[in-house]
Amino acid sequence: MNIIETEDLSFVYGQGTPFEKKANDRLNIQIKEGEFVGIIGHTGSGKSTLVQMLNGLIKPTSGVVRLCGKDIWEAPKEIRSIRFKVGLVFQYPEYQLFEETVEKDIAYGPGNMGLDEEEIRRRVLSAASFAGLRQELLNKSPFDLSGGEKRRAAIAGVIAMDPDVLILDEPTAGLDPAGRDVLLAQISQYHKKRKNTVLLVSHSMEDIARTADRILVMNKGRAAMLDDRKNVFSRGDELEKMGLRVPQITRIMSQLKKMGYNVPSGVLTVEQAANELHSLLGKGIFDE
Amino acid sequence: MLKDITFGQFLPGASSLHRLDPRAKILFLIAVIVFIFITGNYFALALVAAFIIALMFASKIPLKMYLKSMKMILFIVLFTGIINLFYGKGDPLVQIGFLKITEAGINNAIFVALRIALLIIASSMLTFTTSPTDLTDAIERLLKPLGVFHIKIHEIAMMMTIALRFVPTLLEETDKIMSAQKARGADLDSGNLIKRVKALIPVLIPLFVSAFKRAEDLATAMECRCYQGGSGRTRMKRLRFGKIDFYGLLISIAVLGGVILCNIFLPAVVR
Repeated sequence: MNIIETEDLSFVYGQGTPFEKKANDRLNIQIKEGEFVGIIGHTGSGKSTLVQMLNGLIKPTSGVVRLCGKDIWEAPKEIRSIRFKVGLVFQYPEYQLFEETVEKDIAYGPGNMGLDEEEIRRRVLSAASFAGLRQELLNKSPFDLSGGEKRRAAIAGVIAMDPDVLILDEPTAGLDPAGRDVLLAQISQYHKKRKNTVLLVSHSMEDIARTADRILVMNKGRAAMLDDRKNVFSRGDELEKMGLRVPQITRIMSQLKKMGYNVPSGVLTVEQAANELHSLLGKGIFDE
Repeated sequence: MLKDITFGQFLPGASSLHRLDPRAKILFLIAVIVFIFITGNYFALALVAAFIIALMFASKIPLKMYLKSMKMILFIVLFTGIINLFYGKGDPLVQIGFLKITEAGINNAIFVALRIALLIIASSMLTFTTSPTDLTDAIERLLKPLGVFHIKIHEIAMMMTIALRFVPTLLEETDKIMSAQKARGADLDSGNLIKRVKALIPVLIPLFVSAFKRAEDLATAMECRCYQGGSGRTRMKRLRFGKIDFYGLLISIAVLGGVILCNIFLPAVVR
């Protein structure tokens, strides 16, 4: 079943002014329940606008967003309830922290939902553990945390609303490689345990390749591809034309294939490549 | 919503008004304000209005921008106009209860409303055609004599430049933080006043935190470039009075003369 689908979804910035710009142009996207979808595209390709339309933060210029088959703008006064169902973590979310303690900050979303104390407390603890936030940090001021911890606290603040769909906009931006790896692993784990739908926006092919089942490629406000990751990455040439790169290892492997070695296309991770190459070496193909 | 504020915005261009020396522009603005307030009859007022309208065309700024900046103060114009309508001496033309409208009242209303409108147009013309840096440069130069009284003119001008520079940045940031809190279910546009003010706390705190952080970063960056205040500081772009400024001066004197002549030789309106 499609949890999110869009029909001819378009958004125009500054309509009727000389600065008019089409951010999204007639998008038709279907996302199934429980999927992990990566959204990738060049800067200015309309990724951020799209995700803000999916949770009703901005109203489409034309077209429809459906959540579980229902138009989210059917009752504009109820739009807040959509935002609880489609949780959106913004880019650099640490700027949204404001409470005295991390615990109170994570509780802000659930508090807005009107839940009771006990339920809020339960959700805060579970969200903190999903985000990999150590228990003793909960009573600290969010402004005393390190950069990576702040990021986790902010992500926990959205997870605590227990959304059916979790959207993360560039969650690894500005993190060091180790921090990035851990955060991505945690997001994957969250997806596996909660079995809800996750949308990860990124411009890093490596990040997307490591986590997503399907990939939506955005180009100039349009949906250029929406397919399984293997199929997307096998169209490397088209991606390059859009200013995107397939992961380095995928490029190396397709280069090898072009040179006549018997390796599969669409290899996405270094581990996978190592296995493939190992078996080739076993066959003695590199001996000559 | 926040982006609709046009008053005080700079719109780059190459019109003759853009090229005027910013110091001259500030002085001309002051002169125009004086013109507006010494007008004693409709002819003088019409002359100033014609002058300002001519400048509006010379600025090559779309008329829409002026209308937008007027929109913000339309209420003030109408309000003061209507109050003045009932505030005149002489025989009432119309009497509604204790409110009476006299000829002087009507004149007052028209004068006050037009004066405020012209004032706003003239001052937005200055900001539309002058970049914030030019503007503060000019203010710094014009206020320099105050340095005699140990007033730190350069520091004040620098603070103004920085403040103006960060207005759009902070607006953008406010927008972002509001979106982020809305995504967490913040309800910013309903409820009574107290509820709304309370709802703004999650927006204001992060905004202040990041503003302070920005200020600190900026201070460090300035210190890294050996900034140490105004003394001994030279400028890359020096302000010079040119031909165009001279023409501006001539035209202004002509208009001033016209206004004074109108005032002297034509009868003043009943006030």
